[in-house]
Amino acid sequence: MKKIAYKNLDLLYKEIAGAQELYLPVKVAKATNFKKYEDGVEVDIKSLQTVKSAKDLFFPQSEDMMEFKTSGKNIEIIDARKTPAPFVLFGVRGCDLKSFEILDRVFLAEPVDTMYKAKREAVTVVTLACNNPESSCFCKVFGVDASNPKGDVQATIVGDEMFFEPLTEKGRALLDSLKCLEDGDATAVEGEKKAIAEKIDALPFVNLDLSEFKGENLMKLFDRPEWEDLSKACLGCGTCTFVCPTCQCFDIRDFQTNAGVKRFRCWDSCMYSEFTKMAAENPRKNQMQRYRQRFMHKLCYFPSNNDGEYGCVGCGRCVKKCPQSLNIVKVIKKLGGKNND
Amino acid sequence: MQRIETAMIEKAKALLSSGEVTRVLGWKKGELGYDVEPCVFKSEESLKDFCYNVFCGANLSKYLVEESKKEGKILVFLKPCDSYSFNQLIKEHRINKENVYTVGVECQGKVDPYKLKENGIEMVDSAVETVDTVTVKGKEFKKEEIILGKCLTCTKKPLSYDDIISFNEKREPVLDRFETVKKLEAMTADERYAFWKDQLSNCIRCNACRNVCPACTCTKCVFDNDNSGIASKANSDSFEEKLFHIIRAFHVAGRCTDCGECSRVCPQHIPLHLLNRKFISDIDRLYGEYQAGEDTDSKGPLTNYTTGDVDPSDVFGGNN
Amino acid sequence: MQEMNNEKRPLIVAFCCNWCSYAGADLAGSSRLSYPADVKIIRVPCSCRVNPMFILKAFQRGADGVIICGCHPGDCHYTTGNYYARRRMSLLFSMLDYLGIERERTRVEWVSAAEGAKFSAVMNDFASKVAALGENKRLEDLRCKE
Repeated sequence: MKKIAYKNLDLLYKEIAGAQELYLPVKVAKATNFKKYEDGVEVDIKSLQTVKSAKDLFFPQSEDMMEFKTSGKNIEIIDARKTPAPFVLFGVRGCDLKSFEILDRVFLAEPVDTMYKAKREAVTVVTLACNNPESSCFCKVFGVDASNPKGDVQATIVGDEMFFEPLTEKGRALLDSLKCLEDGDATAVEGEKKAIAEKIDALPFVNLDLSEFKGENLMKLFDRPEWEDLSKACLGCGTCTFVCPTCQCFDIRDFQTNAGVKRFRCWDSCMYSEFTKMAAENPRKNQMQRYRQRFMHKLCYFPSNNDGEYGCVGCGRCVKKCPQSLNIVKVIKKLGGKNND
Repeated sequence: MQRIETAMIEKAKALLSSGEVTRVLGWKKGELGYDVEPCVFKSEESLKDFCYNVFCGANLSKYLVEESKKEGKILVFLKPCDSYSFNQLIKEHRINKENVYTVGVECQGKVDPYKLKENGIEMVDSAVETVDTVTVKGKEFKKEEIILGKCLTCTKKPLSYDDIISFNEKREPVLDRFETVKKLEAMTADERYAFWKDQLSNCIRCNACRNVCPACTCTKCVFDNDNSGIASKANSDSFEEKLFHIIRAFHVAGRCTDCGECSRVCPQHIPLHLLNRKFISDIDRLYGEYQAGEDTDSKGPLTNYTTGDVDPSDVFGGNN
Repeated sequence: MQEMNNEKRPLIVAFCCNWCSYAGADLAGSSRLSYPADVKIIRVPCSCRVNPMFILKAFQRGADGVIICGCHPGDCHYTTGNYYARRRMSLLFSMLDYLGIERERTRVEWVSAAEGAKFSAVMNDFASKVAALGENKRLEDLRCKE
C-alpha cells in the first residue's frame, strides 16, 4: 500500500506523465472527459463520472484505419493503424472498468480487433473507488463493487490522502517507479471501503430485478406492448449510445481528402434511423424498434451469447444524460421482473 | 404551484371524457424526481402519472409534428416558450392545427438538475415551488440559483392557446439574453476562437441538439444524407464540429425562437444557444427586431429583404 | 507570411454570378487587367445560389479566402436573388467572425459585367489581404492538408 497527500497529486501526475502518457479526467469548458495530461490542464479527479466513458481510450470515437493514395494507375494502400506507446489510464471508476471486460468479449473474440487489442495491452489502469456514488448509480446490480474497483492499481481517497494498492505486476511496476509516493497503511482504506459500501446499499436503484431478462424469454420480451410507451419520447439522438461505456457499434466510412481517401471507423448508434439501412430496405422502420433493439441487446441478446454477462454496467450515464429522461432503469423496472414494483 | 398541476389534470380529464380530445401530450413522473419525461396519455386512468412541476423543462411542441398527423384531436400543454415553437411550426405547415387543442400553462422557470447537483442536492423526492423560490429536501433556493439557463432570460408570454391555466404573474427575467453574446463580441478574435475551440471540441456529435430542436424538422437532415458528402457520425477532424454547428445554427436562423432546448440537452454542456442568439442579435440589429414564433404568418428575416439592407462589408461598421 | 510569399500562395475561391461578375472577370481578362492567379473562379447562376455550406467546404478543401461576387443590388438577373444573398452573407460572415475566424477571409462585392477594372482591383485587394493573414488555420481540415 502506497499513498500521497491529495494536495500533492499534481506531482504524481507529473511523474507518471514524465515516463509515459497519462490519461485522466480533465475538465475543458464545462465538461469532464478523459484527456491527456499536459501542463496547465484542469484535472477533475473528484468528478464521479466523465461524460464520455473510458472506452474512448481503447475504442476512440473516431479512428483512422487506412489510406489510399493514387498516382497514375496505381493505388497505394497505407496502413494508418498506430502502435500505441504504453500509457496510464488514471481515475477509472468501477463501472467503467467492468465495461472493459464487456468490450473485451466483443473486440478480443475471433476475429481479434487489432486496433483495440494493441491499446488494451499498452494500458496500465489505475482505478478509483467512488467516495460519493450518485442516485443514478446502479452498478451493484451488475456485480460491480464501486468501493473495490480492482484494475492494475486501485486508488482510494481517504480524507486528504490518496492510497494505492497494486493488484497486478504492471500495477506494482508502476507504483515502484514512482518516487513521490510514500508507504501507507491499509486500515484507513478498509474503513473508507466499508463506508462506501453502505452508501451504495442506500441508493435507490441497487435492487433492480433482472430475472425476466433471459434467453428463453426473448420473444416474449420482444413482443411486450410496453415498448411503445417506453420509447414514445425518444428523439432518436445518439446521446445514450455515445456516453455508454459498453456500446460498441461502429461504422466504417471513407473520407475523400485532396490527395486520396482516408478510411476511418467511428462510433455509430442504433438510435439513428440509418443504422440498419441497407441497399433495399431498412428493417427497423421506427424509433420504437430502434429503442427496443438497444435495450434488448444489452439485457437479453448480449447475455444470451456471453455466459449471462449483461451489456450494462449500471454507470447511470444514460439516466443523467438522456435529453428526455428515458433510460435503461425505466426499461428494467417495466420489464425486468416482479420485484421492481 | 401544486394547484396548477391539479387544474391541468382536471382539464385533461374533462376533455378526454367529453371526447373532444383522444390523447393528452404532457409530462410523466420519473424515478428520481427530476427525470420527468414527455408522454402521450391515452386515458383518464393513465393521467395518474401526469405531472407538471419545476422539472418539466422539455419543450413538447416538436412531438406534435407526428402526433397532429394522427387520427383524433390531441390536447397539448404549452409553456410560454413552447408556444412560440408551436406557432413557428404552424407557420411552417409542420403541425396540423385542426388536430390540436392547446392549453397555455404558467411557467416561472424550470430547474436544471445539474445546477441542483452542483448545490449538493442529488435525489429529489419532491420540490415545493413558489414564484421566486424552490425548496428541495428542506433547502430553499432562489430561482436564479438553480433554473435552466434558458429560463434566466425568458420574457415569453403564452401565445395562441385555446385555453390558459395561470394563477400568477410571470416573474421578470434576471438576465439580458444578449449579455453573453455581447461579452463574446467584445473579445478579440483570438479569444473568441479559443473560447469556441474549447467548447466545440467537447462535441460528441450525438445530435441531441438537432433532434430536440423544434426548428429542426427536416425529414432527412443533410448531415444524415450519405449523398451530401458531409454526413459523418463522429467528428474525425476538428473542422466537422464547426461545420455542423455553424450550418445548423444558420439553418434555423430567423426561425429559432430561442427556446434553449439545444443547450439544455447537450451532454457536454456546450452553450449552443449562444450561436443562435448571435444570429438573433444580428437580425435585430440589422433588420429590425424580430421574434420567431410570435405570429403565424409574418415573413422571416431570411426570406425577406429591403432594398436598403446593410452590405456584408458594413456589418462590422465598415472596417472590413 | 514569409513562407506564404515564397512557397505557398494563398488559395482564393471566388463565387461569381454568371450574369455580372463572371462577365466582369471576362472583361478584366480581355482588357488585360491583371488579377492574381490565386483566385479560382466558380461560376454560379446567381449570388443567392451560394449556400453557406459551399463557403465552409471551400475552406475545408484548402481555401484561404472566399469572396462572393454578385450583381449590384437592384440589378439581379432574377430580380431579387442578391437581396437574399446579402442578408445571408451578412449573417454568416458575422457568425464566422463570432467564432474567431478572421473577418478579412470572407467578402461580398457587387461587380457588374461592365466593371472589369473593379473586378481586377477587388481581387488584387482581397488577395493581398488574405495573403497578409497567412494560411487558414481556424477553419482548416487537416485531412485535406496532407
